[in-house]
Amino acid sequence: MNTFPWITIRPKFGKFSLRIDRRLPKVALIIALLVMAIMVVNMGVGQYEISPLDVVKTLLGMETGDPQHVLIVRTLRLPRMLLSALVGLALGTSGALLQGLTRNPLADPSIMGINTGAGLVAVVLTILVRDFPARWIPVAAFAGALVAAVLMYVLAWRKGGDSPMRLVLIGVGLSAVGSAVTTLVITIGNIYDVQRAMIWLTGSVYGRSWVDFWAFAPWVALAVPLAWFQARQLNSLHLGEDVALGLGVNVGRQRAWILFIAVALAGASVAVAGVISFVGLIAPHVARRLVGTDHTGLVPTAGMLGALLLVASDWIGRTIAAPNEIPCGLVTAVIGVPFFLAMLYQHARTK
Amino acid sequence: MLATDTLTLGYDGPNILDQLSITLPAGQITALIGPNGCGKSTLLRGLARLIKPKHGSVVLDGHDIQRIPTRQLATQLGILPQNPVAPEGLTVRELVAQGRYPHQRWFQQWSATDETAVRSALEITNMVELADRAVDALSGGQRQRAWIAMTLAQETDIILLDEPTTFLDLAHQVEVLQLLEQLNRQSGRTIVMVVHDLNHATRHADHVIALRAGVVQAAGAPRDVITPSLLRTVFGIEAEVIPDPRSGVPLCIPYGLCAAEASDSLLHADAVGNRA
Repeated sequence: MNTFPWITIRPKFGKFSLRIDRRLPKVALIIALLVMAIMVVNMGVGQYEISPLDVVKTLLGMETGDPQHVLIVRTLRLPRMLLSALVGLALGTSGALLQGLTRNPLADPSIMGINTGAGLVAVVLTILVRDFPARWIPVAAFAGALVAAVLMYVLAWRKGGDSPMRLVLIGVGLSAVGSAVTTLVITIGNIYDVQRAMIWLTGSVYGRSWVDFWAFAPWVALAVPLAWFQARQLNSLHLGEDVALGLGVNVGRQRAWILFIAVALAGASVAVAGVISFVGLIAPHVARRLVGTDHTGLVPTAGMLGALLLVASDWIGRTIAAPNEIPCGLVTAVIGVPFFLAMLYQHARTK
Repeated sequence: MLATDTLTLGYDGPNILDQLSITLPAGQITALIGPNGCGKSTLLRGLARLIKPKHGSVVLDGHDIQRIPTRQLATQLGILPQNPVAPEGLTVRELVAQGRYPHQRWFQQWSATDETAVRSALEITNMVELADRAVDALSGGQRQRAWIAMTLAQETDIILLDEPTTFLDLAHQVEVLQLLEQLNRQSGRTIVMVVHDLNHATRHADHVIALRAGVVQAAGAPRDVITPSLLRTVFGIEAEVIPDPRSGVPLCIPYGLCAAEASDSLLHADAVGNRA
């Protein structure tokens, strides 16, 4: 009887063996179905209402009797839905990596100032360097995220990084500085540039097309599997630096690499959808409730929950004040702030 | 065999160990003893490459451990640091399975050997029944056994332990020490441990290394090392050493501080302790 909490795949030939968290397949399947269901419903709402059945038919290439459907579903709404799922996947994965890495339950790309760093650079380049080529902005945003992460590392983490409060306080401080500079730049910029720059700040997938999707998808396709492969190392790091070293983990190099993947995912998300807060905080926590602390199950589950959260937020944003649209970043903030406060409260009480 | 060659260790500030050359006999239990801040934990951490030497080296079977890839070293030498903390909710079985990390690769995540090693580590430490309990919900002694089981699953010939009996009550102290002795006797593993209780050292170790202010004061069999004069120089205590009525090993009974050395040695220990 296999009493270990994972499913082992061990072919008779060769030395290959794989272990999968026992709860992961079921949880993943349920979340995937939910994500798809919400996307289908969400694709039907808007100025041009389409029934979920017709959405599915259109997606499968069947006739619905309305020639408009193909354009609306496949060209206009589908890329946006897929993009929001991928951005959520990236943010949830990034949050799981950061929380495991810092052994800190309050770590998250937005709380650690990584999103602000990326947003700031994007805004500064859009407004102050007016002819900066738009396609390089994602790369620059990524650099901004990296700088913010390194600053966090130096200020908060190198000494006493296990203290959640320290991380949060310094993260909030850095974010405040970043936001202040961003506001300053917006104030002095001309109105047309500011409008373009606001795209990076509001956190929205509004109007995203297949071009945006294909610009972002390779990042996710590369970085998310890399993140999954770091799960075993994260498990070891989670036992503390000394134990991890004793188990043969090259702690310095491994930490830098995991941080780089987390920042790449968060930075790329900001570059395509602006600053979306709290997904990276909430998703890993819910994932821990579902599959436990083992990162081999936790990292993929957190990613999928991130996708679910953002797809659902986008749907809420599109329907709650229809015909007006609320950016999904605002919806995640409305959900996230109480969640964050509850966690702070709980943390203070258990102390 | 594990040894140090003119090993100099320290953090920021003055060195804690200076030019230390010692040998840890293979297949034996070695106890590192000495007052707080004497550098015994630092030495243990240095032996396990948790601190990089400022000078000199730690040598394992003729090779400088700094040159051995850290994962490969982890298949030869295991370390249990002082008071490790398990993540919330992690079960004993999951913790012990982590000990297999150095034997795994991304394409080799859970081999039959891994499974056998974890099962036997759980059996030896008597943790089979507690295997599905969360580590943070166990008693101190059980928790320590769980961590020892993780180190065992690593299947290394050498195991280093930093104060494995601290914070445990008497029964649990005896339990852990007997387990280590059993491991040594049955599978010939080399065990090096930092201990505070001198009588633990004399009872369970084959070899004792006494340190004071980073300098080895004596090394050898407990019988030869533990003497009233050594206790005076190392700990600054007046003590009687008598043979243990059952086993004959030296038994140390402290009576008081040495008049002349007491204040000096305490001050010194504090100063070193603060630096560390």
